[in-house]
This record gives sequence, C-alpha cells and structure tokens, in this order.
Amino acid sequence: MNRSFVRSILLLLAVTAWAVFAVAQDDTTQPAPADTLQETAPVAEAPAPATNVRGEDTPGDEGGSITVFWDQSADDTGIDAEGITVIGYEIRRTIDADNVPFHSVGFAAPGSERFEDATTSDDSTYYYVVVTASRDGGRAESDVIGPVQSSPQWFNTNRTNVFIIGLIISAAILYFIASARKGKQLFIRRIAGLEAVHDAIGRATEMGRPILYIPGIQDMDDVQTVAGVTILGYVARTIAEYDTRIDVPTSRSIVMSTARETIKAAYISVGRPDAYSDDAVHYVTDEQFGYVAAVDGIMVRDKPATCFYMGAFFAESLIMAETGNSIGAIQIAGTAMPAQLPFFVAACDYTLIGEELFAASAYLSNEPKQLGSLKGQDVGKLVAMLAILAGVGLFTLAQLTGAETINNAAQWVQDQFLLN
Amino acid sequence: MERRAIWYLLGFLVVVLAFVVSTALKGFYITLGAFLTLSILSFLYKDNIFYKAAEHLFVGVSAAYWMTMGFWTVLIPNLIGKLHPPIVRPFVPAIADQPANYFYLIPAVLGIMLLWRLSPKGPWISRWSLAFIVGTTAGLNFIRYMASDLLGQINSSMVPLVVLENGSLDTLTSISNIVIFLGVFCGLIYFFFSKEHKGAFGVGSRIGIWILMITFGAGFGYTVMARISLLVGRFQFLLGDWLGLLG
Repeated sequence: MNRSFVRSILLLLAVTAWAVFAVAQDDTTQPAPADTLQETAPVAEAPAPATNVRGEDTPGDEGGSITVFWDQSADDTGIDAEGITVIGYEIRRTIDADNVPFHSVGFAAPGSERFEDATTSDDSTYYYVVVTASRDGGRAESDVIGPVQSSPQWFNTNRTNVFIIGLIISAAILYFIASARKGKQLFIRRIAGLEAVHDAIGRATEMGRPILYIPGIQDMDDVQTVAGVTILGYVARTIAEYDTRIDVPTSRSIVMSTARETIKAAYISVGRPDAYSDDAVHYVTDEQFGYVAAVDGIMVRDKPATCFYMGAFFAESLIMAETGNSIGAIQIAGTAMPAQLPFFVAACDYTLIGEELFAASAYLSNEPKQLGSLKGQDVGKLVAMLAILAGVGLFTLAQLTGAETINNAAQWVQDQFLLN
Repeated sequence: MERRAIWYLLGFLVVVLAFVVSTALKGFYITLGAFLTLSILSFLYKDNIFYKAAEHLFVGVSAAYWMTMGFWTVLIPNLIGKLHPPIVRPFVPAIADQPANYFYLIPAVLGIMLLWRLSPKGPWISRWSLAFIVGTTAGLNFIRYMASDLLGQINSSMVPLVVLENGSLDTLTSISNIVIFLGVFCGLIYFFFSKEHKGAFGVGSRIGIWILMITFGAGFGYTVMARISLLVGRFQFLLGDWLGLLG
C-alpha cells in the first residue's frame, strides 16, 4: 500500500515537472506577445501617418489625464474607400522617448482626431506617438511629441454654463428666503393632495385607528426622504393635537433617528412632550421586500385608517398601495420616482406628483428656507421655459426660412445648455 | 371550537408530511424555498400563520444580513482599514499595505456623534451628523440634478416644430417634435407653483397633466409586464425546480 502511494507521488511529481518544463519551453519558443501593432503586422503598404500631433493637459479636470490631438491620415477616407483603408489609430506612450519603449494606451476609431489618456500620473512627463493602422496590416507612426504633463485645475471651464445657471437659481433662492424672513407672503398655488392630509388625519381620529406613515425606502441622503420626513413633521403636529396614534416603520436606521427627532419636535411644539413615545418609529430592515412584507403585515393586522407614502419608492410601491387599498384606508402618496408614480396614481386617493412632493413639504412647513427654495426653483423653471421657447422658435424659423444666420443663432442658444 | 382545532392539527400534519416527503425527494433547500414562496403567496388569500412565519423570518434574516454586510463591507474596509490598514490584513489583504489615511477620523467622529442619541445625555449631538449628511447630499445633488435634469432637458427640447426635408414637410418628425415641445413646456407649467393655474396658464397646466397621465399609463403597462415576468420566474421555480413538471 505504502509502496503504491510513493509510486503515485513520484509519478505525479514527474508529470508536474514535465508540464512545467513544457510550458517554459513553449514560452521561449513562441514569439513574445505583440507590444505594438507594428511588430505583428505583415509587410504591407503603410498608410499616410497622422500629422500635426499635439498633446496637452486635459482642461478642467482633477488631473490624471492628457488629451492627444492629431490631423487625420490622408488615407482616412472612409471604411469603404478603395485602396488603403484606415481602420483606426493606436496611441502609444512612454516616459522616456530615448530609453523606454512605447506601449499602447488605447485606440481611436477611424475619423477621430483626439484621444483622452486618463491613466497618467501628475508626477510624470509623457511622450506620445500616434500609429495609423490600415486594414491590410500597414502601420505608420507619427512624429513623437512631448514632454506633456497632466495637472489638476480648480475650475472646470467646460461647466461655466452650470455655474452661471446655478448662480442665477441660488441668487433667486436667497432673495426669496430673505423676503420670506422679512414677513413677505410668498404665493404658492393650491396643491390638491395637501388639502386631503388634514381630512385623512381627522378620519383616523374619528375611527380611533392609527395612521401609517412610510417615508420611502431610501436613506436621508435622498432629497425625497428629506421631503417625506418634513411632511411627517406636519402630520405629527396634527396628530399630537388630536391625540391620534401614528406608526412609522422605516427601512433605514438614520431615517428612524430623523423621524423620531421630527415627531418629538412636533409633540413638543404643540405642548405635549409627555405624549411622545419612541415606539411610534421603528426600524424594520434594509431589505426592500423584507420591509414590504412587514409593512403589509402591519397594514392587515393594525388596519390603519390612513396610509401616507411620502418619499422615494421602487418596486414595493404597488404592493403597499394595493394592500392599503384592500383594507379600505385613505391613501395619500407623494414621490418623484417616475416609474412608481403610475402605481400610486392608480391605487391611492391622492398623489403628489414629482416636485409637488417638495412643494408640499415647503407649503406645510411654511418655513422661509423651504418657501424661498421653492420660489427660487420656479425661477429656474422660468429660465428653462424661456430658453426652450427661444431655441424652438429659432430652429423653427431657420427651417422655414433656410437662413444660415438664424440656424447659427439657434445652434448657439442650444450650445449654451450643452453638457460637457 | 374543538372541531376547528382538529382541522388546524390535520392541516399542520399535512404540511409537515408534504415538507418531509418533498425534502426526501428534492432536498431541503428547494423544499424550504418552495414552502416560503407558497407561504408568501398565501397572503393573497388572507393574513395567516404561514405568511406571518415567512414574513418574520424574512425580516429577521434580512436585518441581520444587512447589519453584517454593513460591518464587513463598510466599517472594516472603509473605516478601520483606512485608519489602521495592517489590522484588517486577515479580512481585506488588498488594502493592508496602504498608508493610513487619518482624514477618515472625521467620518468616525461623525458616526460616533450619530450614535450619541442612545445616550440619555446630549442626544442633540446626533443632529450635527444628520445635518452634515443632509447638507452635503443636498449640495452634491444640486449640481447633479441641475446638469442632467435641467440643462440636458433644455438642450434636448430645442427642436424645430416644422421639419422640412428637401423642401417638403417631414410630417412624422414634425409631429414628434411638437409632442416633445408641448410635453416639456406644459409639464413645466404644471409644476410652476408661483402662479395660479387659470386662463391660458391653466390650459397649459391641464395639457401638462394630461401628458403626464398618458405617460403614467404607458409606464404602468410596461412595469406590469415586467412584474408578470417575475411571477413567471417564481412559477418556473415551483413547477420546474420543485415539482419537476416542466421539461
């Protein structure tokens, strides 16, 4: 038995040694992997090289990137062209043009004239060469350029339009906040779903049944959750006055903490701190469908008279809203999740659509900051409407008249809202 | 009452027997998966003990799972591993040789402040962390939403209402562009809160809400179809993996 075991081990070692030797031989006999396109290419007529190659630090970034530009090869006349067909450009880089070989950092499609190398270090300088490749294996190197170095910038000039519009909206928000603080009445139009909030709380009070409040399933870093918790503050103030019971199951621990703070502050504000209990808000689980299963269970067992769904929701929206519907609760929902709005619209009595959720939050809290923010955002919408009108008008006019000047003007207006 | 108890007992025995037979034939995990699936689906009839059992199991297991995941994927690599990398060598060897980054003391302090609310004294300290989370998020999202939802939308909505192709009217593209323009413009009117929706503004607002409702209708149908595919997946598991009725 032992002899057989030793024999097996020896056999295994011999096979392993042979395999290692064979692989080593294979490595030495086979040609090294191609470092460049040029080395593997068969002899073929070389295409015209890319010319006027230049490299510069990519502007408006946080460093670590160099953009290489070139003029197309004279043979880059389309993929179906007769004769030499350029199939693309290989961009190669080195840190020392004389002593270190170039290696490939990427490829650009035929017809392109730039390549962004986003793998550079700000501490090094680089040299580049652009290799034009043709379909039949021909390769042509451009002149070597360099040294080029990447560096970070403080200001991204490509985003100047974002900065200017941000400035306009921020200035409007600050102006309206200041106006609200001075006591100026800021008009906000009637929002249908909000008027139902008071009635829904009253109904729960009369029926002696609890209110279920779902602040979405996202964390406090989602602005919809913030709006949902703000509306919870208003609801909590009313239930504190009416002495109605509220149940707030949450799927995030930080939302639980914030909701507790909010409800506690609401009870204190109406002079009933003794009536507050931490049990009103409880964590369930972060798992989406585990949370839904628990909320559905709460609904059918506690039979709340009113269900609020205010925040960010995903696939669980219809499951919860349908269960709430089946127990006969008044349901008021509010979310800015476009894919979930149809379900709330279908299954709930009132739905705050998209930005109405944030408007409701401002309307109910009546806080100068939120009101001013809402009014400031309306300024942003006004800017958007005017810009769209101008752009659409100019483009339509350009189509009807065929005037190049009008078309250029329309293009200019559109470019001001281009994302870079 | 006694008769009811006997029925319950019989039902329970049938379930146990089915579970045992299924486990013997198909294995424990497939049987457990099928049992839990049927338990959750039983909610369609009404709330019952099987649904309650599955619900509590799901909530308990998932809460524990998320807590464990949070510890091993956030606290260990992103906090302890950044402050003192060698200590996490047995768990995350890839970062063990990196230099310590003491900037991570800031989130550590904020995290401890967040937990301060458990203390009977000074629970207000946790509000500073909450304020930091909400404030930074609002600031970051301000730029993100303005770039993608505002600028991008304005840029894409600038289209000619009349499109001429070689001197003749391109009807389909023109209609498409008119719908895009009306949809965006009237939608903006609907979400404009500083003016009462009356007169021409009210008409624009009504067109806006109509377009929204048509979009919601299309979205409803699309998503319901996706949910049906999920249901089909569950039935494939029950009929195929569990009962072996599908080829």
